[in-house]
Amino acid sequence: MSVAQAAALPIAERARAAVELDNVEKTYGTGKSAVKALKGVSFDIADNEFFTLLGPSGCGKTTLLRALAWFESVTAGTIRLFGEDIVDVPTYKRSINTVFQHYSLFPHMSVAENVAYGLKRLKKSKSEIEATVADMLELVKMTDFAGRLPAQLSGGQQQRVALARALAPHPKVLLLDEPLSALDLKLRQSMRQELKQIQARTGITFIFVTHDQDEALSMSDRVAVMSAGYVQQVGTPNEIYEHPANRFVAGFVGDANFIDAQITSPVGDTVTCRTKGGAVLQADARNLLEGQRDVTLFLRPEKVKLAKVGAATVDGEITDIQYLGNSTMMQIDIGEAEPLVVTEPLGEVDQRLRQVGDRVGVILSPSALQILVE
Amino acid sequence: MAAIEHSKPKKRRAFGEVPGLGALAIAFMMFLYLPILVLVVYSFNAGNIVMVWTGFSTDWYARAFANEDIRKAAINSLVVATSATAIATTCATLAALALARGGSFKGKGATVGVITLPLMVPEIVTAVAMLVFFSNIGLNFGLGNVILAHVTFCIPFAFMPIRARLDGMDTTLEQASRDLYASDWETFRLVTLPQLMPGVLAGAMLSFVISMDDFIITLMVAGAGDTTLPVYIYSMIRQGITPEINAVSSILLLFSIVLVTAYWFVTRTKPDGKNR
Repeated sequence: MSVAQAAALPIAERARAAVELDNVEKTYGTGKSAVKALKGVSFDIADNEFFTLLGPSGCGKTTLLRALAWFESVTAGTIRLFGEDIVDVPTYKRSINTVFQHYSLFPHMSVAENVAYGLKRLKKSKSEIEATVADMLELVKMTDFAGRLPAQLSGGQQQRVALARALAPHPKVLLLDEPLSALDLKLRQSMRQELKQIQARTGITFIFVTHDQDEALSMSDRVAVMSAGYVQQVGTPNEIYEHPANRFVAGFVGDANFIDAQITSPVGDTVTCRTKGGAVLQADARNLLEGQRDVTLFLRPEKVKLAKVGAATVDGEITDIQYLGNSTMMQIDIGEAEPLVVTEPLGEVDQRLRQVGDRVGVILSPSALQILVE
Repeated sequence: MAAIEHSKPKKRRAFGEVPGLGALAIAFMMFLYLPILVLVVYSFNAGNIVMVWTGFSTDWYARAFANEDIRKAAINSLVVATSATAIATTCATLAALALARGGSFKGKGATVGVITLPLMVPEIVTAVAMLVFFSNIGLNFGLGNVILAHVTFCIPFAFMPIRARLDGMDTTLEQASRDLYASDWETFRLVTLPQLMPGVLAGAMLSFVISMDDFIITLMVAGAGDTTLPVYIYSMIRQGITPEINAVSSILLLFSIVLVTAYWFVTRTKPDGKNR
């Protein structure tokens, strides 16, 4: 399956694309020491979309962001902003603003001066600048701090000012480079909600870079999962989580079990397959390619139900239990290469009864077992 | 009171404490500053024999100020130090910017070495080299020769603090500026330079003090009418030490103290609050 094709928007919506990336490549260095940071990256980002670039460090997401802001030039390919090719347009002429990871507020300017900076460079009138600065500070709830210097603010407050500063010129696209990573957990969670609300209020297209899958799933309209310079999958959080395009996406976004198996029955809505460990399982047949016999089955830990021994699909032995507060995570040996990871929500069963060494029945329903595209 | 007597603490040495260090430090400070203190005290001596105290007077200051030659030398010193500082600091700032922000070029490492090398060259070598060079090419701009010579040895002194400041500066601030529609010149004027200012000030102050203080190179390069204060003081000493020399030296000292204090206040009240 071509990722590029899957990512393209329908023709009717193409006109509304805020950003179109077409075969973007970036190579650092030359000759033998050359490192390809971006390999044939192609996808579109719709106007007014909260779009997230998700991937582990070194996957190329930050390089792509820097290419969009033109802190980094691209080696090949085109980048269009609302239809206009911007590959050769320098940073200060692009209607794109950035919220930096470590805020990067100008330390010698007050909060209000920081927010006004971009507007002044755009030669807006004094009254317009004043009005916009006031609006922006209100939007991020920092009105009372207008006269303060950045050094007199907490990290969360600095992040709000950085957001106001980048939003003030009303860019066509706002880039956010892991803006929440320096904040503590509670603040990060409340900022997620707020970012989402601000995006909806301003109607500006947000491109958000993160390595945190929870952030990506909770805030985004769509997510591009990246790895090793390639875009692995573009889709809604639900599509990415429920129907990962490949093993990398399945493993990176959430926890996953992988079971190697062979098809033993003719293809219908479901197929029967035999695992290496000898179990016979029913799986969802939708991703099965024609003539394919060896498959990897994929299963989310929370989709597994436990039952009494003998009353389930397979039986197994609990080898490890981790208490997580709202759920319990167990490793269950069902005779496959890897033990099965299972999470069971607290409350349904009294988990204090579960012990390492207990034998349990494991229900693997056909709808939860998917065939993974390699 | 009783409680205190009860708990008479055993004398235990704190970690890193060296016995006798306090006394040694006081001795060291006296060695450093006592001669200067004596010089200042005797500048207020009424008598005209340097080391015999006969009463308090500010006569020697009045005389020093009235002395046309001293005034001229002082003005020369100020003109040389101010011009040399301005030129050297500008050159050093541009050099530091090119090295830290100008991308990579061939011989970048060597450039830093060449810029700071004059610090290692013995001053007498520089002095003789300049004297010979200036007379060979027939350069004769009077005080201009002195300024030119001072610029050359002031550049490394100005360069070092500016470079250090620039190395510690976050380049994402400049990216943020460009991201917010500022041209390269606006970015330099509004973001880079204000951030760099403490380094520039430190560099300028260093060059000013070094220039004011210079003797060997000035002695070689300066023409007859272009005497600076240190050279003039030296020539006075050769005619015998009078309290007038003490007075002139004290003024020079006061000048340095004022300069350092002013610098300290300027950097202390830096608006970024974290004075580096």
